Amino acid sequence: MSELTYREAVREAMCEAMRADERVFLMGEDVGRYGGCYGVSMGMLEEFGDERVRDTPLAESGFTGAGIGAAMGGMRPIVELMTVNFSLLALDQIMNTAATVRHMSGGQFGVPIVIRMATGAGKQLAAQHSHSLEGWYAHIPGLKVVAPATIEDARGMLQAALDDPDPVLIFENVMLYNSKGEVGDPSSIRLEGAAVRRPGADLSLFTYGGSLPKALAAAEQLSAEGVEVEVVDLRCLRPLDDTTIVASVSKTRRALIVDEGWRSGSLSAEISARIMEQAFWSLDAPVERLCSAEVPIPYAKHMEAASIPQVESIVATARAMCISA
Amino acid sequence: MTNPNALRIGRDLSLNLLAQMVRIRRFEDKCAELYTQEKIRGFLHLYDGEEAVAVGIIPNLEAQDAVVATYREHGHALVRGVPMTSILAEMLGKQTGCSRGRGGSMHLFDNATRFYGGNAIVGGGLPMAVGLALAAKMAGREEVVVCFFGEGAVAEGEFHESLNLAQLWQLPVLFVCENNGYAMGTALARSESEIDLVKKAESYEVHAQSVDGMDVIAVTLAARDAVAQVRAGQGPVFLECKTYRFRAHSMFDAQKYRDKAEVEEWRQRGPIVRFQNWLLESHVIHQSDIDEIEARVAAEIDTAQAAAEAAPFESVEQLYEHVYGVGSDV
Repeated sequence: MSELTYREAVREAMCEAMRADERVFLMGEDVGRYGGCYGVSMGMLEEFGDERVRDTPLAESGFTGAGIGAAMGGMRPIVELMTVNFSLLALDQIMNTAATVRHMSGGQFGVPIVIRMATGAGKQLAAQHSHSLEGWYAHIPGLKVVAPATIEDARGMLQAALDDPDPVLIFENVMLYNSKGEVGDPSSIRLEGAAVRRPGADLSLFTYGGSLPKALAAAEQLSAEGVEVEVVDLRCLRPLDDTTIVASVSKTRRALIVDEGWRSGSLSAEISARIMEQAFWSLDAPVERLCSAEVPIPYAKHMEAASIPQVESIVATARAMCISA
Repeated sequence: MTNPNALRIGRDLSLNLLAQMVRIRRFEDKCAELYTQEKIRGFLHLYDGEEAVAVGIIPNLEAQDAVVATYREHGHALVRGVPMTSILAEMLGKQTGCSRGRGGSMHLFDNATRFYGGNAIVGGGLPMAVGLALAAKMAGREEVVVCFFGEGAVAEGEFHESLNLAQLWQLPVLFVCENNGYAMGTALARSESEIDLVKKAESYEVHAQSVDGMDVIAVTLAARDAVAQVRAGQGPVFLECKTYRFRAHSMFDAQKYRDKAEVEEWRQRGPIVRFQNWLLESHVIHQSDIDEIEARVAAEIDTAQAAAEAAPFESVEQLYEHVYGVGSDV
């Protein structure tokens, strides 16, 4: 076991994959000379050269589409998009090509591409760099969408994504890059399936990505008050792990979903609906959701903080759900 | 036809080029007929008038090369060697279709001939072609990727992004712009401030050339050089083929945006009629050769139609197959 930051874990996973498989390469804006806008690929250009750590022009649709074509041509590209907001410039390629080609071609062509991008608020980057749109992507059949929240997952899910025959989108919450943790054997990490990060009997809290550390901190506080929260890390947003979700709700009989995405038409709505569909008779209380405020994320620190779920709001919501029982 | 280059083309190749154009034309006549019978549904975009482009370019490719095309791609698929039966079955929505009936007219795919669609987002195929070429170059495989698109696509950002990437990374892509004058109903001059497409490509330092896309020999000779240049690793080439679509954009199009006289004028310059007449007048071929081609094509179409109509539909139970690949957890 060694301790790494999230950023180092992603880098180590990419380097190891590139050493092991010459089909794997990285491309994106500023991934080479600059070292990645969040420093994830720092030093990789020196080891692998500019053919395999490929700086691109600011042409998200063009280079994401080129990654899709390269994947169809036998390579295993990792495309880095600076943020999920910028990924919208590549949405045509992701949605209309990567997600559709296998089915539309009757199974003849697949797109084994990995697309990584930063997501989430907290760095005062305002309304064009801070959103959490992973729920949108989780809407799309043909894609897999993952949000590693732990160092171990950051390290292991990248290789699992590269091993997958289909397009996998990896969402890295910007507030996690400096977090540290232990890393065991990455080969034991699966791409799919939720994980119970903290068991509890009173309430199931479903979350993912940057909200996981907040949920765990909230659970710790609530435990001191005598409320035991079960924290379930969704890990993979498409496909969702209904089995783990339903098993947890069936045990605790209460469900709270914490999602940094907006509430309307969201991933949290989907999870809530699935709980109604599959575990309605297990519920002792309505499913509750804690999501981002439905505003473009603002710049000012206090306003930004007020826009997304925080430990305090999670504690308050969970407490109210248990007290009202 | 006054093209002196025609003299460089022998009888065998001339007959072959003519036969392939006739094959596309007659096949699509059948498609239009099946459309009016409501056996083919959805959008149907015919290549009528533009045949010299696919026929002039694709035979210059090798088996290892790849083709990326648009939603007006029946001709390209036929010339590339996708079996006519599987193309027609696809349009009828049958399981034996080249995309199992999932794609229809706009999404013909064929792994065996490296035919990568059938892309119905204008400009969307260009980045894919760049990526296929990137894969070939990185893996050290000698391949040429030919990417077809209409002049409407040059307005899309993906055109500019793709030409830039292909030239920047010196990738083996032949970009073929089939300039038929109209992006659906919008003439080029009504939508572009610069209508010289060669200039646009050259602004990315891409080697660019324009040819008469109604002249199958001109296209053949230009493509021969362009493919050789791309294959030699000299970076991408942009080839504009000036052409014209005789029929409507799709079967829903009332064609209010152009004069009948304009269509008629272009028809006189049609790629088949002009080439055929020239071959006859030059005594390169005889009427019996044409009769033989027509008979052969008619027989092939009859066989394809019978097989496609008799083929089964995919069962509804298979709806979820191939959303994800084998080895996936889903």
